[in-house]
Amino acid sequence: MARAVTPQRKLTFTILAWLVALLIFFPILWTLLTSFKTEGDAILFPPAFLPPHWTLENFFEVQSRSDYFKHFFNSVVIAGGSTLLALLVAVPGAWSMAFSPTRRTKDILMWMLSTKMMPAVGVLVPIYLIFKNLGLLDTLSGLTVILALIDLPIVIWMLYTYFKEIPVDILEASRMDGAVLWKEIVYVLLPMAVPGIASTMLLNIILAWNEAFWTLNLTAAKAAPLTAFIASYSSPEGLFWAKLSAASTLAIAPILLLGWFSQKQLVRGLTFGAVK
Amino acid sequence: MGSIVLRNVRKIFGEVEVIPNVDLEIDDGEFVVFVGPSGCGKSTLLRLIAGLEDVSGGSIEIDGVDVAKEPPAKRGLSMVFQSYALYPHMSVRGNIAFPLKMAGQEKDLIERKVQKAAETLNLTNYLDRRPGQLSGGQRQRVAIGRAIVREPKAFLFDEPLSNLDAALRGQMRLEISELHNTLKTTMVYVTHDQVEAMTMADKIVVLNAGQIEQVGTPLELYEHPANLFVAGFIGSPRMNLVETPAGMNGGAVTIGVRPEDFEVSRERGKWKGKVNIAEHLGSDTFFHIDAEAIGRLTVRTPGEFSLRSGESVWLTPRQDRIHRFDAEGRAIES
Repeated sequence: MARAVTPQRKLTFTILAWLVALLIFFPILWTLLTSFKTEGDAILFPPAFLPPHWTLENFFEVQSRSDYFKHFFNSVVIAGGSTLLALLVAVPGAWSMAFSPTRRTKDILMWMLSTKMMPAVGVLVPIYLIFKNLGLLDTLSGLTVILALIDLPIVIWMLYTYFKEIPVDILEASRMDGAVLWKEIVYVLLPMAVPGIASTMLLNIILAWNEAFWTLNLTAAKAAPLTAFIASYSSPEGLFWAKLSAASTLAIAPILLLGWFSQKQLVRGLTFGAVK
Repeated sequence: MGSIVLRNVRKIFGEVEVIPNVDLEIDDGEFVVFVGPSGCGKSTLLRLIAGLEDVSGGSIEIDGVDVAKEPPAKRGLSMVFQSYALYPHMSVRGNIAFPLKMAGQEKDLIERKVQKAAETLNLTNYLDRRPGQLSGGQRQRVAIGRAIVREPKAFLFDEPLSNLDAALRGQMRLEISELHNTLKTTMVYVTHDQVEAMTMADKIVVLNAGQIEQVGTPLELYEHPANLFVAGFIGSPRMNLVETPAGMNGGAVTIGVRPEDFEVSRERGKWKGKVNIAEHLGSDTFFHIDAEAIGRLTVRTPGEFSLRSGESVWLTPRQDRIHRFDAEGRAIES
């Protein structure tokens, strides 16, 4: 039963929503503010909310000490590359499951997703050894492949959900019109699925960008992305809060901006098929 | 050219035999309608011809060549879908040009053919619109345009008019018939609407449970239904089917009388009944009559016939118009 939304209720919920949002966002805000503090101000007790002495020094030092731009470049290559690679495999896979399903299709989908439930550490040793033997340790190509594989189930699931929305008649019409399989996919399916593919790409880039387990374990210096860059600031000599915050801010800023500008796509992507 | 011959065509989905065994010949230039109740396999049969489903057995010959194993693109057929199945991301021009583009034709030639098709179908002013900006009838025309530009050996229509309202349906029916007269290309048309079947077809194929019950011209089917199923299916309102005592009516177990084949009288006749409902259409009058021993009968009289509901009436079937069926439901030749 629908309840009337009184002004009071609306106000209460608005305040509540802001509080929750602030609670979730606070650590990020705190990191951002700390990155502009001096190391001394960063460990003040009681803590100062706004930096008493604003400084950009942390950022310069982070760049000179561990080359932010190199790590940024690596992150872009790995996140972008793994997303493209995953799509390349997932589009035909999802096509086949959506448009010519067999009795086992649902099971395969569930099984694929279930692999995400296994702790990654369980396969760390075999994968590490395989990477070592193939000379893939600390290489961009190695990380691109592993992240593509890790996120493949999610990419296939999302694309499958989108493809299911496309009337099969239209694909059959293209077959009647003389389109061979690749033309059917390129000229008809993909243009119709652009919104779905865009949000899948976006989500996968974010997942790959934030992925820390494999990127930390399979890289040393050459192919290290931003996750390794942040991790390098929790060193045995102790924590340098201000620099660590500056590094974190630099690492999350690009993906935060990307997410900000594509909010609508992202929300649609995550809730798609949820109500149907 | 566009003759289509089906021999021993079978289709099995999992464990369900949808088409047990069908033989059918469609001549070049013929307008053939597959008609039958829903689930009778008529759409499946069309999709088998199109190549959108694989046959489980038998052969499909188009112009003498077995294409049963060929993909749809290689069969040289065009199809118009019930849902229109237009490409929503392309303009009307893009939709009509698509099959030509797939065939790798020259741009100039494509443009000329698209223009010509658009003129035939009154779509010239809509070429730059998207399908979403068109009405149902216009969308249907685009779908037909897309089908005719590639000059196929035959057109396949899968219930193309069932998404349109009654008035538009009548108009599009005429347009498709005119198109057939102009192009003289083979057309295979699936419908559950027997009015479409009767008005458009050169030849009707009546299907039931995946089997062909009868093939013939509309009037052959109407005048001489081969069995009870066809008798009950073709004609609106339905033929009256009356069970008769054994030994009467030349061995017939069931006799059928079309609603218009009764003599209606207030005074005398063979069967007595009472008018239950009278439907006055002006051009005709339909009576639903409870005839005591026989059950409910539908009667049609031309023009206005003033009988009110509740009145008594006598009905006499015209002897030369009675259809007789044996115990298996097969027609008995008189």
